[in-house]
Amino acid sequence: MSDVKYSKEHEWIILEGDEATIGITKHATEMLGDIVFAELPEKGSNVEKDGTAGVVESTKAASDVYTPVSGEVIDINQTIIDDPSKINEDPEGKAWFFKLKLKDKSEMDSLMSKEEYDKFAKESAT
Amino acid sequence: MEVKKTSLNSLHQKYGAKLVEFAGYEMPIQYKDGIVQEHKFTRSNSGIFDVSHMGQLFIFGSDKLTNDLEKIFPANLQDLNLNQSKYSFLMNDNGGIHDDLIITKIKKGYLIILNAACKYNDYEIIKSKLNGKYETNLDETLSLVAIQGPESKKILDKIIPGCNDLKFMNGNNFIFEGSNIYITRSGYTGEDGFEISIKNEKTENLVEKIIEKGSKMIGLGARDTLRLEAGLCLYGNDLDTKTSPIEANLKWAIPKSRINTEYPGSSVLKDQIENGVKKLRVGIKPETRVIARGDTKIFNDYNQEIGKITSGTFGPSVEHSIAMGYVENNYSLLDTKVFLEVRGKKVPANVCNLPFYKKNYLKGEINV
Repeated sequence: MSDVKYSKEHEWIILEGDEATIGITKHATEMLGDIVFAELPEKGSNVEKDGTAGVVESTKAASDVYTPVSGEVIDINQTIIDDPSKINEDPEGKAWFFKLKLKDKSEMDSLMSKEEYDKFAKESAT
Repeated sequence: MEVKKTSLNSLHQKYGAKLVEFAGYEMPIQYKDGIVQEHKFTRSNSGIFDVSHMGQLFIFGSDKLTNDLEKIFPANLQDLNLNQSKYSFLMNDNGGIHDDLIITKIKKGYLIILNAACKYNDYEIIKSKLNGKYETNLDETLSLVAIQGPESKKILDKIIPGCNDLKFMNGNNFIFEGSNIYITRSGYTGEDGFEISIKNEKTENLVEKIIEKGSKMIGLGARDTLRLEAGLCLYGNDLDTKTSPIEANLKWAIPKSRINTEYPGSSVLKDQIENGVKKLRVGIKPETRVIARGDTKIFNDYNQEIGKITSGTFGPSVEHSIAMGYVENNYSLLDTKVFLEVRGKKVPANVCNLPFYKKNYLKGEINV
């Protein structure tokens, strides 16, 4: 299992071979509050680094979900579409959003480590 | 302008509120439990809401006051009993709504509860219409606290004995720790409950006592989902100066006895009551979980725009995406299929009855 990386848009990403699993961070869910709706990219579609790849909505507002890397969507997590509250329950585990077949591994280089992200999240929250 | 704080500000912080600016006040959007849990707790138990940002306008005067107020508001004030409340409007000459409000007849005058964002403007309009003839006071030494939900009557009656005898849309004076408070049986959540007008310095004590008896602080976020499930309008979203009470489907709040009498906008309202309206507020239920927020465009099945959503959220108790908005009158019938444009996609939805959520108030005492 490789390391988890993080983006400034509060997504996490785990790479296994050339397959990336992407979700939103616990910090992001705490900022959003109760999530009541999730929309994910279509399987088979291509998404571009830093482009929108879905939407989550809390009772109050909608927020775009971005993808930190480019690639083809090979799987999406239907369980969070059916029950979006699962995202609040286990955002960095069972409630992953989508899986990508990575286009360019070097896109991972600019992402943050856990320590860097925790520091970033703490600073951006204030 | 500096952001104002209500008398419960330190209590909000104590209970872990996320504070946001709302209508010039620092207000709790939610506490630690979050909007969904707070919403459900209010429906099943009892929730406390700080609504001290709302205006409490007292107007005192002689018998002529009732006459003069009927020239401003389309309510039947002549027949209002002491301590009875009515929902009404402050309107412009075109029938557009400056504010929706609650008027209560009190000793020697009236108490009018105004929306926070409208209160200073309302006060100026009302004062100028009354021409300085009466004593008016937008009292900011008072706080307003709502306690809502099925357990509220037991909880509050332990602290303020006798308050459970109040009937819906009626109020009275009570004493709390030697200080006079005014309680009405009312609210804006679709639940049985009370609104308490109390001196700023006594408010924290009262709320702590209510919490001790099992109620919980609830934020404005849940207040919004609760009122929307109950089909109630939020001024600024669902009501504005370009919309009349008839278009807002609030005709029930215009008594028959006032249709042929004069007040701002009365001729427009009379015409709309007799000849119908072009647009009407309706409930709208999307067929999927997609949430249609305010300003979402509504289309018919020929892809013609027929209206706009004014409020939309996910209803935690009805467990469904819910919305309300205005559509052209011929699309306002129950079960009419419409389409909502959300993020470029057309989402199928149906016109539905309001409220989305209905609960028994005190039976036989609803007069709305």
